[in-house]
Amino acid sequence: MSTPLFRCRDLRVFIRNNEGDKEIVKGADLEIKAGEKHALMGPNGSGKSTFAAALMGDPSYRVEGEIFLQGEPIHDLEPHERARRGMFLGFQYPVAVPGVSVANFLRAALGARRGQEVPVREFRTLMMDGFAKLDVRREFAGRYLNDGFSGGEKKRLEILQMMLLKPAFALLDETDSGLDIDALKVVSEGVNQASTPDNATLLVTHYQRILDYVKPDVVHVFMDGRIVRTGGPELAGQLEDRGYDWIADEVAAGAGGRS
Amino acid sequence: MSSTRNIADLNQDYRDRYGFADPEEFLLKAPKGLSHEVVEMISRYKNEPEWMNAYRHEALDIFLAKPMPRWGDSEALDSIDFEDIHYYLKSSEGAANNWDDVPENIKNTFDRLGIPEAEQKFLAGVTAQYESEVVYHSIDEDLKKQGVLFTDMDTALREHPDLVRKYWATVIPSRDNKFSALNSAVWSGGSFIYVPPHTKVEIPLQAYFRINAENMGQFERTLIIVDEGASVHYIEGCTAPVYSTNSLHSAVVELVALKGAKIRYTTIQNWSNNIYNLVTKRAHAHEDAVIEWVDGNIGSKLTMKYPAVVLLGERAHGEVLSIAYAGDDQHQDAGAKMIHAAPNTTSRIISKSISKNNGRSSYRGLVKVNRGCHGCRTNVECDALLMGDQARSDTYPTMEIGENDVRVEHEARVSKLADEQIFYLQSRGIDPDQARLMIVNGFIEPFVRELPMEYAVELNRLIELEMEGSVG
Repeated sequence: MSTPLFRCRDLRVFIRNNEGDKEIVKGADLEIKAGEKHALMGPNGSGKSTFAAALMGDPSYRVEGEIFLQGEPIHDLEPHERARRGMFLGFQYPVAVPGVSVANFLRAALGARRGQEVPVREFRTLMMDGFAKLDVRREFAGRYLNDGFSGGEKKRLEILQMMLLKPAFALLDETDSGLDIDALKVVSEGVNQASTPDNATLLVTHYQRILDYVKPDVVHVFMDGRIVRTGGPELAGQLEDRGYDWIADEVAAGAGGRS
Repeated sequence: MSSTRNIADLNQDYRDRYGFADPEEFLLKAPKGLSHEVVEMISRYKNEPEWMNAYRHEALDIFLAKPMPRWGDSEALDSIDFEDIHYYLKSSEGAANNWDDVPENIKNTFDRLGIPEAEQKFLAGVTAQYESEVVYHSIDEDLKKQGVLFTDMDTALREHPDLVRKYWATVIPSRDNKFSALNSAVWSGGSFIYVPPHTKVEIPLQAYFRINAENMGQFERTLIIVDEGASVHYIEGCTAPVYSTNSLHSAVVELVALKGAKIRYTTIQNWSNNIYNLVTKRAHAHEDAVIEWVDGNIGSKLTMKYPAVVLLGERAHGEVLSIAYAGDDQHQDAGAKMIHAAPNTTSRIISKSISKNNGRSSYRGLVKVNRGCHGCRTNVECDALLMGDQARSDTYPTMEIGENDVRVEHEARVSKLADEQIFYLQSRGIDPDQARLMIVNGFIEPFVRELPMEYAVELNRLIELEMEGSVG
């Protein structure tokens, strides 16, 4: 059996709290093979975003368990080290960094990923190429990072970063939220184009909407801090039709597991 | 007690050390302490006209009579020992005499800023001359053709006594505050600029290029007069750390922009952290005139500085754009004052401060609209960035608005260097130190983009040095 591209084992994530840490993710196991796209679906407040942020190494959480990328343990690494090894997190709410231009930021990020500075000319070409693919105007380059961006602009920029950085494993947290249908198509197209037999994507989403455009190979249902069910793309359709409650009921009745 | 040395010897010494001698300028060191004798000595040594001599003595009495300000940082102010300061030194002695005496950390900073050694020595005050005479001379020729006067203040007093006397202390009288009185009593050096009517000086004038290094002194006095419809951009200081063996820097800067004139005054100063930097800067803006103070303060033990514009004529406009960086054990008390003394005048203040570790920065500002001054507009933005749990920022804005039809906007923000920002950048492979630097450089970007390119580059590098190893 080949090594999965990504794997986490018994992952537990805690929010640091004055009255003791609060457990948000309560033992999650996940395996993703190269070339696959997975969807992680769950109701609001189930802990999906916390799970994604913790995988990236968000220091606001305390994490127990193991995370492997391409067979190497990364759970003790800092976020920038995980990123350099090929992890990527597309944020649900990307923060603004006023005064830092999109172009300067992208060049710094790409240089960090490659481990060496990117020549200006090559960088301009790559960036402009990305802009064209995502239907973004050139002026974007000089704007301050996420500062005063619309929801759609922020998400396009997240996907643009993914396309430039070419991660081995991309976590996309609610990338579809706040997008109109045109933006959703553009963003989905970006995700599909970035997908290769050597990388993998995990789409974290509440709605099945984006899955009309990005076809997942595997769908996981995340509830109350655990992956409670794993299935094929048809699972997403069932969730769309029937909501999450029936799964919760089945889980309560002890009928979890692969359907 | 007097340490005045034999003039002939000194001139010889000067020749040996610097390869030239200036018969009019020789080294002199006044004894420590402040008295009418010292003031008299300075004035006589400079061979000043009677009115200036009298002005100095009167100012000294004002200084002695005025109490120390009880605001800002009283504790620090009270710790200044006025008897332990030389009030007049030739600038080459004002700083270190000897390259070996310049502290290692200052030398290292020079190296890391990539400043050539000859220039480093100039900046450290070890030499009085910097190898830019060629540059200076070509600028000088152009200026002469345009009728622009650009000299040090002492020379101006000798060569253009009427012009100096006409405007001297008209913007900042000696009794304005304790430190303007001190400067008035013992001032030395500084720049003098006069721009004739309708003359646009295209290149920024920089004290940096001046052969005479006295503008680097402790009590410099600068006076800039820009005649009707004329404009100039003056730049003082540089981003390299200014090292001085003396701990008090108290300058007075007066600007006069006549009808339709424009003055931009850019300051970037990086004081070593033993310095008390107590400066009075004020401008008069006549009808349709524009004054812009671009003021960057880094380092020092305590800085108290509030560039001011008095808007005297209709439609005059004043701006202050400032940043202050308070590192360990430093206190930056900076701000701005706008006095709307004519109708339809406008002003804008953008003040940014960064406090790191136990550094402290304060914004202290005044916007005043006088009775009868209709149709004024003013906009104030204060932004403070805190790095570390002990960092401190305070805002003391004062608004005195004497009319109803005035548009006033005031915004004040304090932000912590946000963990979410660092995590976001870090998730893209950028290491935490670089992430912090990017955030801070982004924060000051609105200021940096107003600087000439070489200053902008140096400032960013300097912030990088200041930020090294900082804990967010």
